[in-house]
Amino acid sequence: MKTVEPILLSGNLAAAYAIKQLDVDVVAAYPITPQTTIIEKISEYVADGELDANFMLVESEHSAISSCLSAASAGARVFTSTSSQGLLLMHEILFITSALRLPVVMAVANRSVSAPINIWCDHGDIMPQRDVGWIQLFAESAQEAYDKLIQAYRISEDPRVRLPVMVNADGIILSHTYEPVFPLEDSEVASFAPWKLYPLRLDPENPLTMGAFGYPEYYFETRYQSAKALEDSIGIISEVDEKFGEISGRKYGAVSPFRCEDADVILISMGSISETIRATVRKLREKGEKVGMMSLKLFRPFPFKEMMGLVKDAKAVGVVDRALSPGAIVGPVFNDITSALYLSKMSVPCVNFFTGLGGRDVRMADVRDMFEKLKEVAKTGVAKEHRFYVGLRG
Amino acid sequence: MPFKSIKSLEERQDFFSPGHGLCPGCGAAQIARIVTKVAGKDTIIVTPTGCLEVSTTTYPATSWKVPYLHVAFENAAAAASGIKVAYDALIRKKKISKDANLVVLGGDGGTADIGLQSLSGALERGEHITYICYDNEAYMNTGIQRSGATPYGAWTTTSPAGQKTLKKDLMGIAIAHGVKYAATASIAYVRDAANKVEKAISMGGPSFIHWIQPCTTGWRYDPKLTVKISKLAVKTGLWPLYEYHEGVTKLTVEVPKRVPVSEYLKLQGRFRHIMNKPEELAKIQSYADAFAAKFGLGPVAQ
Amino acid sequence: MKRELPRWDEMEQGFVTRTLTEMVNKTGTWRTFKPVINHSRCTKCRWCIIYCPEPCIHMEVSGSDEKIMIDYDFCKGCGICAEECPVKCIDMVEE
Ligand SMILES: Cc1ncc(C[n+]2csc(CCOP(=O)(O)OP(=O)(O)O)c2C)c(N)n1
Ligand code: SF4
Ligand code: SF4
Ligand code: SF4
Ligand SMILES: [Mg+2]
Repeated sequence: MKTVEPILLSGNLAAAYAIKQLDVDVVAAYPITPQTTIIEKISEYVADGELDANFMLVESEHSAISSCLSAASAGARVFTSTSSQGLLLMHEILFITSALRLPVVMAVANRSVSAPINIWCDHGDIMPQRDVGWIQLFAESAQEAYDKLIQAYRISEDPRVRLPVMVNADGIILSHTYEPVFPLEDSEVASFAPWKLYPLRLDPENPLTMGAFGYPEYYFETRYQSAKALEDSIGIISEVDEKFGEISGRKYGAVSPFRCEDADVILISMGSISETIRATVRKLREKGEKVGMMSLKLFRPFPFKEMMGLVKDAKAVGVVDRALSPGAIVGPVFNDITSALYLSKMSVPCVNFFTGLGGRDVRMADVRDMFEKLKEVAKTGVAKEHRFYVGLRG
Repeated sequence: MPFKSIKSLEERQDFFSPGHGLCPGCGAAQIARIVTKVAGKDTIIVTPTGCLEVSTTTYPATSWKVPYLHVAFENAAAAASGIKVAYDALIRKKKISKDANLVVLGGDGGTADIGLQSLSGALERGEHITYICYDNEAYMNTGIQRSGATPYGAWTTTSPAGQKTLKKDLMGIAIAHGVKYAATASIAYVRDAANKVEKAISMGGPSFIHWIQPCTTGWRYDPKLTVKISKLAVKTGLWPLYEYHEGVTKLTVEVPKRVPVSEYLKLQGRFRHIMNKPEELAKIQSYADAFAAKFGLGPVAQ
Repeated sequence: MKRELPRWDEMEQGFVTRTLTEMVNKTGTWRTFKPVINHSRCTKCRWCIIYCPEPCIHMEVSGSDEKIMIDYDFCKGCGICAEECPVKCIDMVEE
């Protein structure tokens, strides 16, 4: 491991930098805030000859993902990125990409969904994509977005996995904030995530049919095959994270716990909000409060086993959802976590906090309030109310 | 090399396997077979969702002896161009050495309606693909609903009293995008069609072929008449055979004497409800007359 | 004969497939009328081969001898070949 100079990059520019080093063959993308600066930067790399890729200036995100899917079916290394409405427009094709087992990598700068139209961060765009069969990684910093994209190609193209991967980074908050990023050397990236021509590709020398029609006696097995691959990818994801740690000194884990060991109350979150929660935990710990937090770095496949050991001694657990799930009794992340707790026969009381929608700031004071609620629950052992809308007027 | 004889076309290798599930006499099968014969081994076929796709790729079987991809209903042009662009990049980067032709075979719904945006994008970007629309003038795969390509007067399950609007001008749309080559085709003039496919593929840039495809089930006729009806479409002037290249539109099959449109319409159950309505027939005849004036076809023979 | 259906892990990755329909679907069972060629009148013009939608007509060549052959395993009996034969040497016969 060499010491390298950091470069000042936003989350989006860090993503573009990774794509340049990954020597991607085809990029197809469409502008949408806050993702746009990724593709603008990639266009510049291509125009300047720093990246030897074909950039498809398609007419919509629907075509962007369709072209990436098909370019991958021809054997190319591909990239796209989007946000919000763009991700929703891709929705249909996301299922097809995973079922066809094609290694498409996409960066998502997470943003709220319309209406009303709003360009700021929340997880309303990604939550409808829970069941599309993609691996979904979450970054908490520009550095992590960079690192995760490099990991993403190695995971996605692994013959045991062959599934598309999304790298999520909170829009505006991460996508547009500059921070020092430590890049790897080009050669390190090339040897960590080398491209290989995959034999199952559209090639006249070896004709095959992709995307056939499935009668009931085959459909279930085809869907199960890709669902199983997603479930099994968790081992490979952690293997890749380990290996990445060896060359970079940075590894992230499927969950990143902070001060959970002896914590009475634990707050679980995903994305940039985790930074604020971590800082709050640090402050409260200074005052002697037994609080802890855990950041989910991997949302699909859900790191069930990795998480459970960490919360087993807690007296109350809080889960932050940065998206609503109208009509459901709980939020999407809470839903997964409480299912995991139930299956582990853990009856710790849980509380769901909805916050940070449409770019609303979540401050340390808000996090302190959440911990206060959790402490009350811990004291009595029951959560009288299970949903709180933090920062909502009225 | 143009196909000078039927024999020269027949001798080309087949890449379309029998055993598919298309209806007896289906015109889409004829088109798929001729296109793959002409395009040859080094071709990749992309189809949107539709009759042709569903009936030729029932897992675990496939009728395609060349590589084939189906993604969804509305994105065949984007999918085909993604493959082509990938091939270009991989060849330039010396990751692979051999190129392939990219040919889309899309239904009228997948082309003129839900897939029009994707097609427009691909044509405008100048992708090196050949897009062939097999036009059976309705959504057949879902059970004969009207599409933007359903002609005036035609019955479908969603135009039970007859289609009230005109067919979209797909050729006009393609040409307006500045395609390198565009042509119409009919299986009844199979050498003309085969030559057009060969030309379209050899053009490099985007090319478009609009191919009339009688559908026994949706048009309601005896399956043996597929070629007859394809011929009458041309003879009546409703489906002029022409090509467009570098700003010039040229008729490729002369029609010195036209047949009245009623000869074409009366063979098809989908027009039965207008056969005794002279004003409706006159309207359709006037569309044929307008084509005749535009493309220089002869008068209707009495 | 009942086919053994594959387990999920016996199917190729991404359910790609290469088995040709001609190996598994004998569509000849769809037919009610069967095209029969009167070879003595056939001019070997090949129009029937070109128009057959399956396609299931081919030219069998042995030495200098050519003979039009219909593969009845696949012929759906649409009647296009009979209709389009320029010398009308194909009859559709009820089976
Ligand atoms: C997004 C979407 N909408 C609707 C459908 C249902 N659908 C499948 S095929 C089809 C009609 C196809 O019509 P066309 O393109 O004309 O092809 P044809 O079946 O006539 O050959 C429809 C409506 C679909 N598969 N996807
Ligand atoms: S419905 Fe029409 S287009 Fe579809 S298979 Fe039958 S004949 Fe062909
Ligand atoms: S169309 Fe008739 S004459 Fe021509 S080859 Fe076929 S059977 Fe013979
Ligand atoms: S009847 Fe139809 S399917 Fe049978 S051989 Fe003749 S053209 Fe082919
Ligand atoms: Mg149609």
